[in-house]
Amino acid sequence: MVTTEQETHSSNASGDEEFALRVEDLKVYYGTPRGTVKAVDGVSFNLKQGERFALVGESGSGKSTLAMAIMRLTREPGHIAGGHIYLNGRDVVDMPEREIRSIRLREMALVPQGAMNSLNPVMRVGDQIIDGILDHVSSGESQPNRATLNERVHDLLVRVGLDPSVARLHPHELSGGMKQRVAMAIAISLNPNIIVADEPTSALDVVVQRQIMQTLGRLQEGLEAAVLLVGHDMGLVAQFADTIGVMYAGKLVEVGSVPDVFKDPKHPYTKLLIESLPSFDISRKFVGIPGMQPALLNLPPGCSFNPRCPSVHERCFSEIPAFLPIDGRGVACHLYDEPVIPAEVGASADGTSIQRGEEATN
Amino acid sequence: MTTTATRRNNPALNTKPNSAVAFIAAFFGNFIVQRFLLFLLTVWVAATVIFILPRLTGQDPVKEKLLLEAQRGGSVQAGMNEMAKEYSARLGLDLPIQEQYINYMTDLAQLDFGYSIAYFPRTVNEIILDSIVWSIGLMTVTLFLAFVLGTGAGALLGWSRSPGWLSYAFMPLLTLSAIPQYMLGLVLMFIFAIILNWLPFFGAYSPGNLPEWSLGFVLDVLRHAILPALAILFSAVGFWAIGMRGMMINTQGEDFMIQADAKGLNGTRIFVRYAIRNALLPQVTGLAISFGTLLTGAVLVEVLFQYPGLGNTLFYAIRVSDFFQITGIVMTIIISLAMATMVVDLVYPLIDPRVKYTQS
Amino acid sequence: MARAADTRNLTMSTRARLARRRWGVFYQERIEPIFLYSRRNPSLIVGLAMLGTLLLFTVIGLLGYSQLEPHTNDPSQNSRLDAYVSGGAPVGDKRMPPSWCTWCEDIVELEGDKKPTLFQYPMGTDTQSRDLFATNLRGIPLTLGTGLIAGLLSVGIGTVTAFVAAYYRGVPDVVIRLLTDVGISIPGLLILIIIRIQLGTELLWWQLGAGLAAVGWVFSSRTVRSQVLVLREQPYVEIARQSGMSGLAIIFREMMPNLIPYITASFVASVAGSILASIGLEALGLGDFSSPSLGMTVYWVIQFGAITLGMWWWWLFPLAFIVIIFVSLFLISAGLDEWSNPRLRRQV
Repeated sequence: MVTTEQETHSSNASGDEEFALRVEDLKVYYGTPRGTVKAVDGVSFNLKQGERFALVGESGSGKSTLAMAIMRLTREPGHIAGGHIYLNGRDVVDMPEREIRSIRLREMALVPQGAMNSLNPVMRVGDQIIDGILDHVSSGESQPNRATLNERVHDLLVRVGLDPSVARLHPHELSGGMKQRVAMAIAISLNPNIIVADEPTSALDVVVQRQIMQTLGRLQEGLEAAVLLVGHDMGLVAQFADTIGVMYAGKLVEVGSVPDVFKDPKHPYTKLLIESLPSFDISRKFVGIPGMQPALLNLPPGCSFNPRCPSVHERCFSEIPAFLPIDGRGVACHLYDEPVIPAEVGASADGTSIQRGEEATN
Repeated sequence: MTTTATRRNNPALNTKPNSAVAFIAAFFGNFIVQRFLLFLLTVWVAATVIFILPRLTGQDPVKEKLLLEAQRGGSVQAGMNEMAKEYSARLGLDLPIQEQYINYMTDLAQLDFGYSIAYFPRTVNEIILDSIVWSIGLMTVTLFLAFVLGTGAGALLGWSRSPGWLSYAFMPLLTLSAIPQYMLGLVLMFIFAIILNWLPFFGAYSPGNLPEWSLGFVLDVLRHAILPALAILFSAVGFWAIGMRGMMINTQGEDFMIQADAKGLNGTRIFVRYAIRNALLPQVTGLAISFGTLLTGAVLVEVLFQYPGLGNTLFYAIRVSDFFQITGIVMTIIISLAMATMVVDLVYPLIDPRVKYTQS
Repeated sequence: MARAADTRNLTMSTRARLARRRWGVFYQERIEPIFLYSRRNPSLIVGLAMLGTLLLFTVIGLLGYSQLEPHTNDPSQNSRLDAYVSGGAPVGDKRMPPSWCTWCEDIVELEGDKKPTLFQYPMGTDTQSRDLFATNLRGIPLTLGTGLIAGLLSVGIGTVTAFVAAYYRGVPDVVIRLLTDVGISIPGLLILIIIRIQLGTELLWWQLGAGLAAVGWVFSSRTVRSQVLVLREQPYVEIARQSGMSGLAIIFREMMPNLIPYITASFVASVAGSILASIGLEALGLGDFSSPSLGMTVYWVIQFGAITLGMWWWWLFPLAFIVIIFVSLFLISAGLDEWSNPRLRRQV
């Protein structure tokens, strides 16, 4: 289910049909006056048809940037600086604008982050579902008539658990949860096989959050679509996803099946994330993660997590850990790869990082 | 415009839909009534300010002027004397102020501005009726055109997918908006009327031509209107373009614009139905606020081109200190402005579904 | 335990590096942003530069011109700057074109010996033989001064009323809101016309400024008030209030820094609006007739039909100065807009 980089490369030719989504060494950079921010820096992962994959990380870890890049919705000053995104076997990165537009909604759909504001405030809900359908009528097909469209809107609203009369309302007449359901109705309107859900439950209260996630799960099962769920709530995500990917400072640091990762987290960051989950077990002490995520403009040399890591050692200051397969999972941490001979350290790192490495040993 | 805007921004309306519907119904049930009261209040405040401020000085230049005119003699002397007497009896400073105020307000309520001092025995209302036609013709056409052209230009300028050369092409236009309309008129007059001698530089129609419904006269009127209209247009187009450009940029930052892209809608639909449709709302609100400024500028353009509208009439009234005529014209402009503002506010709920008159 | 020592070492060395690079940091954090900013936001810099150049020109012009001998033997005139009052040129030199304009002689039919020498009348004279260079030099500061007074007063009154409305809420808020709503829909210029006419006296430049502020403060009040209302709900203001900070302290320490962009933008807008209105009033014949302000020059231009007389120098120079003033204020306010609304930045 999860393949690491090496496997991906070897299965290039045969694996195309298998994966709904294949992200390869994706880089999304933001050009700012002070320098380049590497919001997503060399991320690779695969999604099978029907798989539920969750990306977690702190805000600013690049997970939403990644989700938007997959939809090819990266906005200025951001740009996709490298890598490939294979959607049903076709690379989206260099696709012309016309083509990407026709693919959106038809093959991949977005359930947006701020559902509160993601509907056009001056259009009726029904019309907002219809216009997506209308703009994807290909030249060969005949224009669907109003009655058919209304029927489809009716059907979609029922499927997301809304009353069909909602179609005639304007967004400001809906609650947050209802708006999120409308957003889901739009997302499934053309039966896409990939749904990107970018923190679909943010700004909703806990009860509604659960309901929304259940609906999303039901829809996913009905469509047999692959879902990429982006979230920061490990608990909520764990209940939904099959596979989990942990992002830190623009890099994927650990990938594995949900039970594996929760039972035996490999990366120190994942460990801390799981330990920091609130629990009913009173005897356990509540643990947070010390320090702050570093500014992406000014990353520490070596592993980005080194200032906060409890298991930090010399190599972490000089060498960026590679993403390596381990026990059918993947992790990017020096605790799990082979030690490297010192000569390579000098060759791969710049002067300051060596100096820093030395200071650390003193 | 202010009331609608504040209500819309009230977060309480967005979070609790059920109570919000009830609240909106209760409030906008008498929205029209409230807006009409604001209109009356505006006119009343303006009239009161005009009444009170001069009286604070304790002088009565109106009476002095009237007496001066009456002494000058001639055929209208008797009428002038009558007028001076009536003025003293109704509004004279020796009367108690509340009595003056009541008389003043009664006249105003009847839209009776009395006789013109300079053109006695013509009444101020007759003079206003003669000139207001020209003003309305010139202003409504130019201000409407400016709004449409400017908003369109601003929409293109603020659209992130517009070609880059566009912003350079429109740069001079935006700068033009910073220049007062009458200054622009001055330049246009010099170039097109004096140097090139293509167009007439004063009046609304050629002297010797009598107003009639013939093609020749209509063309003559249009020829005379071109320069003053252009002067107003150039500056107002830029004004609307700048506002719309800003609103377009703000709108493109909204979540629903990203969602529109994510839906794979075609570019034209996003531009028109999503971006322009939403960016237009504050433009319309702005329309109400900007009427006054644009209109005052247009008054001076009339003076420059000696266009026989309200502005030019006001200018001549000022030169001869015709107090009744000045008050009449100023109050006419204030009332028409307040009415235009009210109409815009009342139309606004039609284009913004978040604002309603009553529960549907 | 070894790790604890490492971290301490690390932080110490960081501190030492920072100390060594203090000026580097100063440049990076204080100076560099200005350059970066001006590259991103050229309109503010260009606008300020234009206005600065105009002021410099005026100051140098005034200083230089006041040293020059008057054109006449009239003992009441000490320098050419006095020329705007009574007409500085010898009698008979009416409507003199700029002395460097060789092609203008056709327009005015100069007598041979009256031909001006180089720079005698850099901007020519009007039909009353007033030296227009002196007139313009005196006019620019008068017009700017009117705008400045009106702008300062408007923003002052506007900010205070906005704070009173937002701070006391209740009745003062309702009254002030109603006042601004009503005030905005009444064209202030027309009210000023009535007042000025009924007063019967000419308004000096600063009285005109004060009058314009009296009708123009509603716009500033509206802008600032809406922003204060937004800030009032911000968490840090709430925290300050709950921690027992006094109202004035909250206003000046917590809110002011965030309001400065809006207040500045409102100030620039009201200076521009006031200058526009003052020129308008003067052009209508409601200014100070003994003053050489730019608006009064426009009035005389219209009165004497300078355009039809072909005396382009009479109106072109004041027009150019007025355009420079407005365009520079426009650029400054566009730049300030980008300052207070960062979204606009990307697009420029």
